[in-house]
Amino acid sequence: MPLRAFRGKSLPPTRSGVDTGFPKGNATNIGSGALCAHGPSGFIINPLGKRSRLGDLTYAGAIWGIAGFAMVLLLAPTVVVLITSFTGEQTLKFPPPTWSLRWYAELLQSGELIDATWTSLKIAFWATLICGVLGTAAALGIARSRSTVARLLDSLFMSPMVLPAMAFGLALLMVFSLLSVRLSIWTLTVGHIVICTPFVIRMVSAAVQQLDVALHDCSLSLGASRFYTLRRITLPLISRGIFAGCFVAFLTSFDHVPVSLFLSDARTEVLPIKLWQILEASLDVRVAAVSGVIVIVTLVGLIVAERLFGRGVGVAERR
Amino acid sequence: MELREKLESLGEMLPAMPLAAFFVAWFLAPFVLLLFISLFDTPEFQSIGIRQYVKFATDGFSVGVLWDTLVLGFAVTAACLVLAYPLAILYVEGGAHRRTLILFLIMLPMLTSAVVRTFAWIVILGREGIVNNAMLALGLWSAPGRLLYSWGGLIVALGQIQLPLMALPVINSLLKVDPHLMDAAEGLGAGRWRRLWTVIVPLTLPGAVAGALLVFAASTTAFITQSLVGGGRIVLMPLDIYQQAVGVQDWPFAAALSIIFTLSIVAITYLVNSVARKRMRGVDAA
Repeated sequence: MPLRAFRGKSLPPTRSGVDTGFPKGNATNIGSGALCAHGPSGFIINPLGKRSRLGDLTYAGAIWGIAGFAMVLLLAPTVVVLITSFTGEQTLKFPPPTWSLRWYAELLQSGELIDATWTSLKIAFWATLICGVLGTAAALGIARSRSTVARLLDSLFMSPMVLPAMAFGLALLMVFSLLSVRLSIWTLTVGHIVICTPFVIRMVSAAVQQLDVALHDCSLSLGASRFYTLRRITLPLISRGIFAGCFVAFLTSFDHVPVSLFLSDARTEVLPIKLWQILEASLDVRVAAVSGVIVIVTLVGLIVAERLFGRGVGVAERR
Repeated sequence: MELREKLESLGEMLPAMPLAAFFVAWFLAPFVLLLFISLFDTPEFQSIGIRQYVKFATDGFSVGVLWDTLVLGFAVTAACLVLAYPLAILYVEGGAHRRTLILFLIMLPMLTSAVVRTFAWIVILGREGIVNNAMLALGLWSAPGRLLYSWGGLIVALGQIQLPLMALPVINSLLKVDPHLMDAAEGLGAGRWRRLWTVIVPLTLPGAVAGALLVFAASTTAFITQSLVGGGRIVLMPLDIYQQAVGVQDWPFAAALSIIFTLSIVAITYLVNSVARKRMRGVDAA
């Protein structure tokens, strides 16, 4: 606020004394005569200043209003799903007229859903493992380089994030069909590796770019081999980035639909597609229970990960 | 000397080669095959030509589907921009507690699957859903509104699902804005609105562009949300591709649709990037 005084300088002295937060003692000493003479004008506020104060109010209202709406919007679906999952009814009436755990109990009886969950977990595990290893190596290779080849490779690795996954899924199905490869969880894993790679590349690259090169050089100059330096210096320092990348990659794979849509068949149904089919057929309340389980498991997973690996796991900061 | 430097830099990139090879085999090659298959004139793969592309342009349906899909992408992106900035401003201005709260709220949807969130929107927007029941109970509406299977519902649901993709990059680039610039603008007499338009928005453009491209890509290709919240009435590119490929088994046409869809997204990404780059001179890249 004190900086506002600058504006006053071009104005007549009486006004400048009035509307600024000029150090009080100074202002009264210097312009005391003028100020006193215009006594009541002490309440006259620069019209420009008044308008901007009104503007400030509408601004605060708009920012808080929209942000408040956004926060409700972010929170509402999760809360609604959690509440709905405890309904005792057959319908998705909200709020539920009666409460029970019957839909969670029902889940334990649903072999198809459990099978689909296992398939999804297996694919997410292998996809995360493979793109974690390949992606970390690639990020170490290109994150620091300014060369054209490295930039091109970076764009290539990031492009699955922007290109339509539906087109990629269809393309991959055509490749497998041309090669007469039978669809299995491995064909699905190949697709998921491509889809998850951008997350690993982005987060590991961010970690590599923050790395102090001097540590690496010190290690080498002290006689450590390149491999030893990698194992004892570089990898531990970027481990958070790797972990964050793998965490997001796992969630992405577990949740991914477009590629799986083309590559999964009756034997390799993945969970999100199974859920979609159930929802298309009827608004089955079991979906709410599955959703409840997913929400709770990921929240617990995140809290455990935070405890183990420290604040935020960098998931947010590095995205 | 130059050659040696080049070789050295290539050597440093050696660890990236396995992934590069994987991408060439399972990412680039499939797209090349897709292009090739789109050039067959019939589903029986007999003659080669551009009949599928002519069909796309002249069947009076497909061009509209592409247009609707892109318009949906723009609408969702715009909605996310409007919602993300206030969130980001409150985050950056706030103390530790508020920051944790906002970050948690943003992360929460990212941690729950998109199918789950879509399902939630069905519960909220459905005929007997929360919004309809509330409006009826308050006497604001006389009959339940058709919220599900409508464009408005689809934009809100997709906007909520993609909002984190926008909010995180915007927050990141707002955190990089030097607070002294805001003080200076204030000292020179700029009100808060003026500071928003002349300081915050231009300086966070890299984050906004990055977020916008992600949201645009994700919302145009969000098959499940589109088909469940949009219902069968709203046909968009992903559903069209899926029906042509799996339902009708017309692979060449499905391939042509995919190629056209992909190229449209690439063209828009390129355009937005190059326009933004001109305006971002002197701003740190995100």
